[in-house]
Amino acid sequence: MSIAKDAKDLAKGMLQGLMGKAVAMAPDSWIPGGEPDPLIRVRHGHVGKPVSRIDGPLKVAGAAPFAAEFPMEGMVYAALVYSTIAKGRILAINVAQAEAAPGVRAVMTYRNAPRIARPPVFMSDQKAAGGDDLPVMQEDFVRWNGEPVAVVLADTQEQADHATTLVAVSYELETPMTDFASAKDAGTRTAVFMGQALHQEIGDAEKALAAAAFRVDSHYSTPRHSHNAIELHAVTAAWIGGVLRLHDASQLVAHTAWSLGQMFGIPEDKVVVTSPFVGGGFGGKCLWQHQVLASMAAKLVGRPVRMVLSREGVYRIVGGRALTEQRVALAADAEGKLKAVVHTGTTAKTASNMMAEPFIVATRSMYESETFKLDVQVVELDMLANTFMRAPGEAVGTFALECAMDELAEALDIDPVELRIRNEPEMDPTSGLPFSSRNVVEAWRTGAERFGWSRRSAVPGTVRDGEWLVGMGCATGTYPYYRMPGGAARITLNAEGRASIDIAAHEMGMGTATAQTQVAAERLGLPMGAVSFHYGDSTLPGVVLAGGSQQTASIGASVIAAHRALVKELLAMAGNDSPLAGLKPDEVASRDGGLCRIDDPARHETYVSILSRAGKGSISAEGEAPMPLETQHWSMHSHAAMFCEARVNSVTGEVRIARFLGSFDCGRILNPKTAASQLRGGIIMGLGLALMEETQFDERNGRIVNASLSEYHVPVHMDVPDIDLIWTDIADPHTPMGARGIGEIGITGTAAAVANAVYNATGKRIRDLPITLDKLL
Amino acid sequence: MTMTMTVNGSPVSLPHDARVSLLDLVREHLHLPGTKKGCNQGACGACTVLVDGERILSCLALAVQFEGRSVTTIEGVGTPGALHPLQAAFIEHDGFQCGYCTPGQICSAIGMAQEIRRGVPSHVTADLAAPDIAPTRDELRERMSGNLCRCGTHNGIIDAIAEIVSADVLLPEPAQ
Repeated sequence: MSIAKDAKDLAKGMLQGLMGKAVAMAPDSWIPGGEPDPLIRVRHGHVGKPVSRIDGPLKVAGAAPFAAEFPMEGMVYAALVYSTIAKGRILAINVAQAEAAPGVRAVMTYRNAPRIARPPVFMSDQKAAGGDDLPVMQEDFVRWNGEPVAVVLADTQEQADHATTLVAVSYELETPMTDFASAKDAGTRTAVFMGQALHQEIGDAEKALAAAAFRVDSHYSTPRHSHNAIELHAVTAAWIGGVLRLHDASQLVAHTAWSLGQMFGIPEDKVVVTSPFVGGGFGGKCLWQHQVLASMAAKLVGRPVRMVLSREGVYRIVGGRALTEQRVALAADAEGKLKAVVHTGTTAKTASNMMAEPFIVATRSMYESETFKLDVQVVELDMLANTFMRAPGEAVGTFALECAMDELAEALDIDPVELRIRNEPEMDPTSGLPFSSRNVVEAWRTGAERFGWSRRSAVPGTVRDGEWLVGMGCATGTYPYYRMPGGAARITLNAEGRASIDIAAHEMGMGTATAQTQVAAERLGLPMGAVSFHYGDSTLPGVVLAGGSQQTASIGASVIAAHRALVKELLAMAGNDSPLAGLKPDEVASRDGGLCRIDDPARHETYVSILSRAGKGSISAEGEAPMPLETQHWSMHSHAAMFCEARVNSVTGEVRIARFLGSFDCGRILNPKTAASQLRGGIIMGLGLALMEETQFDERNGRIVNASLSEYHVPVHMDVPDIDLIWTDIADPHTPMGARGIGEIGITGTAAAVANAVYNATGKRIRDLPITLDKLL
Repeated sequence: MTMTMTVNGSPVSLPHDARVSLLDLVREHLHLPGTKKGCNQGACGACTVLVDGERILSCLALAVQFEGRSVTTIEGVGTPGALHPLQAAFIEHDGFQCGYCTPGQICSAIGMAQEIRRGVPSHVTADLAAPDIAPTRDELRERMSGNLCRCGTHNGIIDAIAEIVSADVLLPEPAQ
């Protein structure tokens, strides 16, 4: 059991909680974001323009290099053999035949693998990257069905693949715990997430529920999910002069370098991880066994190793979202004011990770209510470690909560949009913090108007188009603003007036390189063409996770800090002969390729002039982002009003999504073109969550059954209608650029909007995802 | 005797190992990594290339089957400095995010446009007897459904393809 991990995490969380109280009480001006980012005021610059992706020509021409596309001298190819039991001892591994096969250089098993330490599991340390903390090919023990037990290394992929079929493994099977119901019967415990027990009670919610005039009380379930980025997890690893060099597909290069350093007992600067392009991540492209095994194998054979997981391999060793069983009970008075919100349930994790799917987190800040009871119980199974997948917690939690709101609206005979507006809180209902910026009511009103919500029939099953039943549904989506500690960046200006930004950040398709080039150009007062943004390299400054929708804020705060340091150095360099002489950093701004006095732009000198007078070829400054105290001082959340029109075939039960609108309040939009794609992308993954996605887990033996893109269904072109988007574009005054990350919010609320539309169409309330046609017949 | 095929206009020797797929031939042997491996089992479409103008899944094709055939990969469609109009349309309409499925989407769309031109019907073609198939958005969607995109850029992809297809119903032949 991982109770010890939880205890350590809770102790850390308690300290943070104490500090959090002090941060909450502090004056705004002490807090990062207390003074609005000056960029928020700039309305007609680079920021906010629909700039096409700067890496677009490379990507559409297939010329953007991904992790498996870095050939190295003398490289060998790897293929994996996976365990076929969930728990037990390896009695024998016969590798003789495989070793003798043509082209095979070596077969690595626990017997000959280099000895290394366990992976630091994600959230156990600031730079920990591991999906679990289990030993990697160090022991004769198997802990999940699909754990790698051998690595074949050969001159070609074909030779390696073939030789894996020649490896014979026998096991002594132990009884695994792979059945969710049995695990629950054996006892659950309160889940811990990011140092906090996932339990909160305000007032007596059950009592308020029993006493209320109107109430709903239902159970919902969501299955396991897999990220299924189209790029297979891949790595090319080599040891070059004592340095471990990895071409990885990663959303956390600095974390990975540190974590591998810990495992191999070498300093983190002896591990270099680059990842210039990532073929989709969604939470799945972190540190799993393949990077470790490839590094070990490269050591064993003394050659670079290319390891590309098969699609089945991704399902075997890269975790996904855990299943949940949730209860939501809501009570209201006749006006629809909430009296009680109960959101409880159970999820599964492993003893080897710190990731309990926190499905109550959205419920904490969504609606005003007199009482709350929020609780996540967890059981631990012998399975591949579950992990973060797009909007962990919110994606599945909003499904239950927002279906329940729809059920309550019907019980009250109040319009579902109106019910949500009536329960809009003045301040965060569970933390008591003021909102940094919250305009969800505007999102609801403008969304309802644009979608034509008033045309919805409140009586289910009454709108028909031939054999199709037609319905409309809505739901609130929400995702918090996060910014994690550790952000840092370097800005270098050269004598030609060009700038480069260096930060160990990531481009997985979010548009980071493009949007951040726009932001940096604006901040420096340069044209976009004079700014190059360098990322995806662990040797660059900063510990910047591309996760939690926090990368935009983390880069933003880091570049602000580096810019401040740069201005200071530029002023010192400019000296007394400059029009800027005597000015302090706070008195100047970057404009028109140089610095000027904020209130007297005529006092200006270009970067080129400052550098040339000083006889310098370049100037470089690094800055570290302040601790993200703003998240403890304000309640910071984005919202969306999601609207869906679904058609359900009355003969076959088939569901088609006819129309979808997302109306967002998610801060200032930095680039409408790339932002629209990200928001749509979240909604489309939400359509998959609603209608088809499920990682099928055989509870008898812990094996994932549908480990392929043929058997795990994701939305295809024909499943995706034109998705309409609008946004408030209201800047959050307390975030860098006024922006909040938008990578995850699209998937939240979407499944509930679909389920509510299906109910409106058919009168059938499907509370167990996915909503497949068998459930509607 | 060496057997050859043509890849992007250049003659190429077929591999000695009969197990080498057309996908692995172009990626690993010819160092043309623009064609992507997303599943290696014909489920995702990332490996789509054109063989004599028709779209195929190169992961399900053995390279040795293609003696004398002409293969066009994304590298033969256009380059970053000389983009095919469809590639430019993908950028304009933001028809990609991570960019991994993109070469397959583009090759597939080029092959698909030829199928529409030849009058090959699809599941959503309303009038099978009509002389011309109208390239409606649903026709494009249905015909592109073998190319998965996980970032969720389906709208942008269809916008890009629709723009080029509706310009003339015909897509320009890729450069040889």
